[in-house]
Amino acid sequence: MSLHRLVAAALLPLALLASACGGGGDGAEDFGDDSLVIYSGRNENLVGPLLDKLKTATGLDVQVRYGDSAELAAQILEEGADTRADLFFSQDAGALGALSAKQMLAPVPQDLLGRVPAEYRGVDGTWVGVSGRSRVVVYDPRTVTAPPKSVFELTDPKWRGKVGWAPTNASFQSFVTAMRVVSGEDKARQWLEAMKANGTQTYPNNVEILNAVDAGKLQLGLINHYYWYEKVAEKGAGGVPSKLAYLPGGDPGALVNVAGVATLKNSKHAEAARKATDYLLGPDAQKYFAETTKEYPLIAGVATAPGLPPLDSLKGPEVDLSKLDSLEQTITLLQDVGLV
Amino acid sequence: MPSRRIPAGLLWPAGVTAALALLPVAYLAVRSVEGGSAAVARTLLRARTLELAVRSLGLAAVVTALCVIVGVSLAWLVVRSDLPGRRVFGILAALPLAVPSYVAAYTWVASFDLEGFAGSVLVLTLCSYPYVYLPVAAALSRMDPATEEVALSLGRSRYAVVLRQLRPAAAAGGLLVAMYVLAEFGAVAIMRFDVFTTQIYTSYRAGFNRTPAAVLGLLLVLITLVIVAAEFRTRGRAAYAMRGGAARRPPTIRLAPGPKALALAASAALTGLAVGFPLASICYWLLGGSSARLDPADLSAAVGATLGVAAAGALLTTALAVPVGIIAARHRGRTATFLEQSTYVGHSLPGIVMALSLVFFAVRYVPAIYQRWPLLVIAYAVLFMPAAVGAVRASVLQSPPVLEEVARSLGRTPLQAVRTVTLPLALPGVLAGAALVFLTAMKELPATLLLRPTGVETLATRLWTETGSGAYAAAAPYAALLMLLAAVPGFLLGRRSLEETR
Repeated sequence: MSLHRLVAAALLPLALLASACGGGGDGAEDFGDDSLVIYSGRNENLVGPLLDKLKTATGLDVQVRYGDSAELAAQILEEGADTRADLFFSQDAGALGALSAKQMLAPVPQDLLGRVPAEYRGVDGTWVGVSGRSRVVVYDPRTVTAPPKSVFELTDPKWRGKVGWAPTNASFQSFVTAMRVVSGEDKARQWLEAMKANGTQTYPNNVEILNAVDAGKLQLGLINHYYWYEKVAEKGAGGVPSKLAYLPGGDPGALVNVAGVATLKNSKHAEAARKATDYLLGPDAQKYFAETTKEYPLIAGVATAPGLPPLDSLKGPEVDLSKLDSLEQTITLLQDVGLV
Repeated sequence: MPSRRIPAGLLWPAGVTAALALLPVAYLAVRSVEGGSAAVARTLLRARTLELAVRSLGLAAVVTALCVIVGVSLAWLVVRSDLPGRRVFGILAALPLAVPSYVAAYTWVASFDLEGFAGSVLVLTLCSYPYVYLPVAAALSRMDPATEEVALSLGRSRYAVVLRQLRPAAAAGGLLVAMYVLAEFGAVAIMRFDVFTTQIYTSYRAGFNRTPAAVLGLLLVLITLVIVAAEFRTRGRAAYAMRGGAARRPPTIRLAPGPKALALAASAALTGLAVGFPLASICYWLLGGSSARLDPADLSAAVGATLGVAAAGALLTTALAVPVGIIAARHRGRTATFLEQSTYVGHSLPGIVMALSLVFFAVRYVPAIYQRWPLLVIAYAVLFMPAAVGAVRASVLQSPPVLEEVARSLGRTPLQAVRTVTLPLALPGVLAGAALVFLTAMKELPATLLLRPTGVETLATRLWTETGSGAYAAAAPYAALLMLLAAVPGFLLGRRSLEETR
């Protein structure tokens, strides 16, 4: 029996059975073909209200599917040409680069692309950043008086076992990619090995690293800036003992990455996708990023939230974010070093 | 009597079940072949692969051993001893199944400096010992006291006989635990203990090259099949030693004061750690934190979706499991073994692997159900089939084959005999299996995230959203409700384990 027939034989009766058994219909809204489907790799708590505003402002019929950026990218790749996604809202540039590399993305219209500085969009013009996020060092001021000025200092024996990182986290991997691109593969490898030898503690994500620093389990951690501001918003300033150190001098640890959007090449709603992208790059949405998620707005004329250093004062490494799609080499490197 | 010949009326439905269960393997094979043999070899020969496989197997071995010790001891105390409060302990014994392992892990990490191997062992043992407790308690209460009396009269210890008779039940439960641990991701990630599934996830996260993940997935399937085969050998010798429905209730063993106090303290500690602690942590979340907010509409929609899809999942899983379970109980031979073993594959794979395989097939062959309820329900069936097959098989084994033979001598076909005689007798056990699937499906996360209809939220996905943005207080009501709802089937399962113990 061919695979096709086997699969159809296995799935079809079950599909019927499942719907007959009450699995079908109840509560499931049947979305028309007119909806713009957004796959959002960004958390609903953070961007749900924004996407609601987008619906109101544009009058578009929008359906949002929330998930993890990397998992949604994998899902889109498995869906292939039949993908249900019209617009992909990714938490980082790497996942957008992945889809771009597989020729799954349509070009972003030039007038929209032009609103964002060149360093925050795909060089091939298939995706555009909508908000900026900076890598930072979070430290415990109760035990650390002089936070490091570079990630390269973290291999110093005085930080032995005191630093937390998240090698499986997409933002971390983008940062390692930046280090590979800027400082070279060998230097990145040496750094990773020295960090590992220095007893650097592995965590599943940024939130857990931040919590560990606040709990006094770690002295330093590598995270994205907004996690700290979000936690302050949740717990109040008194509930968050840690502080942030922005790394100066073009350090790879100060990489400014973006969350961005791309339209799928096979989308039947290119015009709606254009409108949605236009809204996300408009003053309302940009203000939302600045004020609510404490990220950096990327278009001219929208102010950064008070308390944050201005975007152009951040001295991150000079790196083409499109190159962050060389994630595969980073993963190979991380695997060679034995981190993932 | 076990026979070779399987009626076509059972064989074909069981074949459909097996084909469905093997879909993820077909997907992994497609993706592996696509990458070419060099990529496959590179993935397999990486030192890290071996290291992680060893860590995974070590974790699974230790957790399984502990679950067997804890599950068997507790079942014996509850069913056979005069432990004070044993009915309460019996009912609470199944409740850890209502606690999602990722929630349990988080509550431990948030409160104690407990991570790595030890933390993973603790959390996974506390969450999964009921998989052993439930079948062992059922087997204990069915056991014919005559065999023990014979052993005693021959000057042997009764425990040697009891343990020997419990072996198939303990092994079947242990198998579920081992596979659960091998496929586990959330709890070990929170405990910061890298295992095999970590590498599979990382490969998928990279998104570009799915070959390494697929190769590792196939390796995981292979490891699982070896474990399943080992369990089959254990079962082979003892499977039919169990007698259906003993005529007399086994005597209650009186514990000496010292051991009794010790057993009481241990049972109380176990229950406190496995049920009390996560519950207390959730209450603490509920009370603290300024992100606490409650939207009754969101909450009730999530409750409805969770109950609906888990119930449909339990129904479909059980329906698919019945033919395979009957074949496993009544027939021997290569076909029977293949059909039963194939249903274990899905359970051993991380949810995301299974989900992506269904994305792959559904989009190509049955787009009409993609991102609709039926596909999610099918995913639950593939993931949770072993528990249902095990329940059907065990309860069919309890109903004496001689009754079927009588029915056939009265002119019924083999299939009619099964339907009119065996299934009604096995029904309570089959329903217990369905309850277990229902319970597990309510907590499922990765496959639900990828396959649910757009815009639909279950309690588990809401919990994921809230904790993903660090809003633990806002997550608390969802965690509490999920545990509360899952406690209902858990309570029924626990009570059932006591039914014959009055």
